[in-house]
Amino acid sequence: MDPAALAEFREAVRDFASRVVAPHAVAIDENNSFPSDVNLWKEMGDMGLHGVTVPDEYGGLDMGYEAHVVAMEELSRASASVALSYGAHSNLCINQIVRNGNPDQKALLVPPLVSGDHVGALAMSEPNAGSDVVSMKCRADATNVRGEAGYVINGNKMWITNGPTAQTLVVYAKTDVENNRITAFLIDKDMEGFRTAQKLDKLGMRGSDTCELVFEDCFVPADRVLGEVHGGVYVLMSGLDLERLVLSGGPIGIMQACLDVTLPYVRERKQFGKPIGEMQLVQAKLADMFMKTNSARAYSASIAKQFDTMKQAGGDLVAMGRKLRKDCAASILFSSEHATQCALDAVQLLGGNGYVNEYPTGRLLRDAKLYEIGAGTQEIRRILIGRELVRD
Amino acid sequence: MRILCAVKRVVDYAAKIRVNAAQTNVDTSSVKMSMNPFCEIALEEALRLKEAGIATEVVAVTVGPDAAKDTLRTAMAMGADHAVHVVHESAGAGAGALPPLAVARVLSAVVDHAGPFGMVLAGKQAIDGDNNQTGQMLAALRGWPQATFASSVSVTDGGTHAVVTREVDAGLETVKVPLPAVVTTDLRLNEPRYAKLPMILKARKREIETLSAETLNVKDHVDRDQGKLHVRKVSEPPARAGGVKTKDMDEFINMLREKGVL
Repeated sequence: MDPAALAEFREAVRDFASRVVAPHAVAIDENNSFPSDVNLWKEMGDMGLHGVTVPDEYGGLDMGYEAHVVAMEELSRASASVALSYGAHSNLCINQIVRNGNPDQKALLVPPLVSGDHVGALAMSEPNAGSDVVSMKCRADATNVRGEAGYVINGNKMWITNGPTAQTLVVYAKTDVENNRITAFLIDKDMEGFRTAQKLDKLGMRGSDTCELVFEDCFVPADRVLGEVHGGVYVLMSGLDLERLVLSGGPIGIMQACLDVTLPYVRERKQFGKPIGEMQLVQAKLADMFMKTNSARAYSASIAKQFDTMKQAGGDLVAMGRKLRKDCAASILFSSEHATQCALDAVQLLGGNGYVNEYPTGRLLRDAKLYEIGAGTQEIRRILIGRELVRD
Repeated sequence: MRILCAVKRVVDYAAKIRVNAAQTNVDTSSVKMSMNPFCEIALEEALRLKEAGIATEVVAVTVGPDAAKDTLRTAMAMGADHAVHVVHESAGAGAGALPPLAVARVLSAVVDHAGPFGMVLAGKQAIDGDNNQTGQMLAALRGWPQATFASSVSVTDGGTHAVVTREVDAGLETVKVPLPAVVTTDLRLNEPRYAKLPMILKARKREIETLSAETLNVKDHVDRDQGKLHVRKVSEPPARAGGVKTKDMDEFINMLREKGVL
C-alpha cells in the first residue's frame, strides 16, 4: 500500500479511536461491558472500520491486511478490549465469511456486519478442546426437517469473544466424527436450539464480552454451510494464519499505549531533584519498550505487505498463508510476549502509581496477558513454528 | 446557489510550536499540519447548506504550496464537491508569507474563474497569522457585503439574502445581507464533522484543479501586495515570571497599593 495513504489511514483511525473509543476505556474495564449511552459497534461501522478487508460491493473499504493490522493497533492503543471485540468481529467473523462464503451468503450477512448493525463472532474452542482443536465434541448431523435438508448441531463452545452480543456466528462442528472431519456453519442467534450461557468474568479484556455457546438440537439449513461440507479444517486453518497476523496489531497497540502513559510520566515525575526520565536505569527500560514496540510493528507490517502484494496480483491467499504460517504465528508470539513485558515495565516505571488503578498501567497489563493465551497459546505458537522450521 | 469555501493549511492547533532560529516564523519543518479550525467550521456550514437543499455545490479553495493539497483532500473527504488549488510557495504565516490582501486578491480571481458563487464562506481568521482580514478584504475587492464572526447563518427570501448572527463585543448582532456576500465564521457556529474512512480513501483519487497567480492573471498584483507587509521578527512570548509570597494580608494589601491596583 502507498505509504502516504497508509499514514493518512492510521492518522484517521488514531483520531477516531482517541475521540470516540478512548474516553470509555476505563469505564468499560470497570463495568465489564461496552457503554450503553453510545453504540461503539455503530460508531466503528459509520467510520468504515469493520470492512477494512471487505470488497466494495459489500460496503467495505477493500484495502488489505496491512491496513487492518494498523486499525487493530490504533484501536488497541485506545482500548484493548474494544479492539479485541473489533478483531473478532471484523477478522474472525467478517473476513472468514468474505473469503469462504458464497455470493448469496455474503450479500445477506456481510452488509449488516460491516455497518455495525450486527455483531459477529467465531466459535472454535470448547471446554475440553482449546489448543487441541480437532478433538472438538460439537457435532452436526445431516438431517431432513419437513423436507428441508440441513444439520442438527449439538454441543458447547467456550470462551467465545462477542458471544453474548453476536447476531452472526461462524461455528465449527464435526460432520464426520469417525474421520475427524469438520464443517463450518453460519449460525444466527435466533435459530431454535441455540443459546448463550453465562458471560465470563475475566482478568482483563473486560467489556469484550466472552461466553459459552450452547447448541441443543439446533437445526441449521444446508445453505448455512460455510465453504465445503467436511471442509472446515481448511476454512479454520487458513483463517487462523490471518487471525494471528491481524490480532498481532493488538499487543502492538498495547505496547504503544504503555509508551503513551510512561513517557509523559517520566518527564514530569521528579526524584532526587530531577525528572526520573533522566536516570539511566529508567532510560534503559524506555529504550527496550521502544525497541520492542517498533520491531513488533515492523515484523507484522512486513508479513501483511506480502499478503497484500499477493492478493493484488490475484494470487492464492491460502497458499500464501501456508507459506507464511510460521511468520503469522511468530508475529503474534513476538508482539504478545513483549506486550506483557512492556506493560510490566510501565507498571514499574510508574512505581507506586503504576500499581494503583487510577493509572491505566494495571489494565494494560491485564489486557496484554490475554494475547499470550487467546487466539492460540504461546506454547502452541512455538510448537507450530518449530514444527514448520524442522519440516522446511 | 454555489458556495466557495476558502480553507487554509496551518500548524495543527494541538501541536507544540517553537520559533525558528532566524526568528522569521515558527518552525514548521516537523510539526503536524491540519486544516485551520475556523475553515473547518466554514466548510461544515457550507456542507449543511447543501444538505438542506439551499446550496447546490460546494467548492473548496486553498492558496498554498504543494502540501496544501492535503487540506483540500480533507475538504473533499468531509464532503466538498470540487477542489481548487492555487499553488503559491509563500502562503502560511511569518516573514515572506502572503499577506491577507494578496490572498483576497487571489480568491477574488478564483470567484471570477470558477463562479458564479452566491456566497464565499471562510474562517474569520487562521490560527497561524491571526490576521482576521482576508474575508473583509475579499468583500471590499468585489464590492460585496460582508457578515463576519458568524455564529448562525440562514439563507432567506428565496435565496436572495442571508441572515447572519455575529458575535461582537457587546453581544450578538443580527444582520441581513443581499447575496452574493462574504461570510466569515466564528467558533460557535457549528461543530465540524469528522471525515469517514470511505470518503478519505475516495478523496485520494479525486482530481484537484491546479491554478496559479499567473494563470489567474493576478501575479503582478499579488507580488506588489506581498511587498507591502514585512514581518520584522517572530519571538516567543516572555516566560511567566514567578509570583511572590506575602507574609500576611497587610503586606498583600500594601503591595497592591504600591502597584496602584488598589
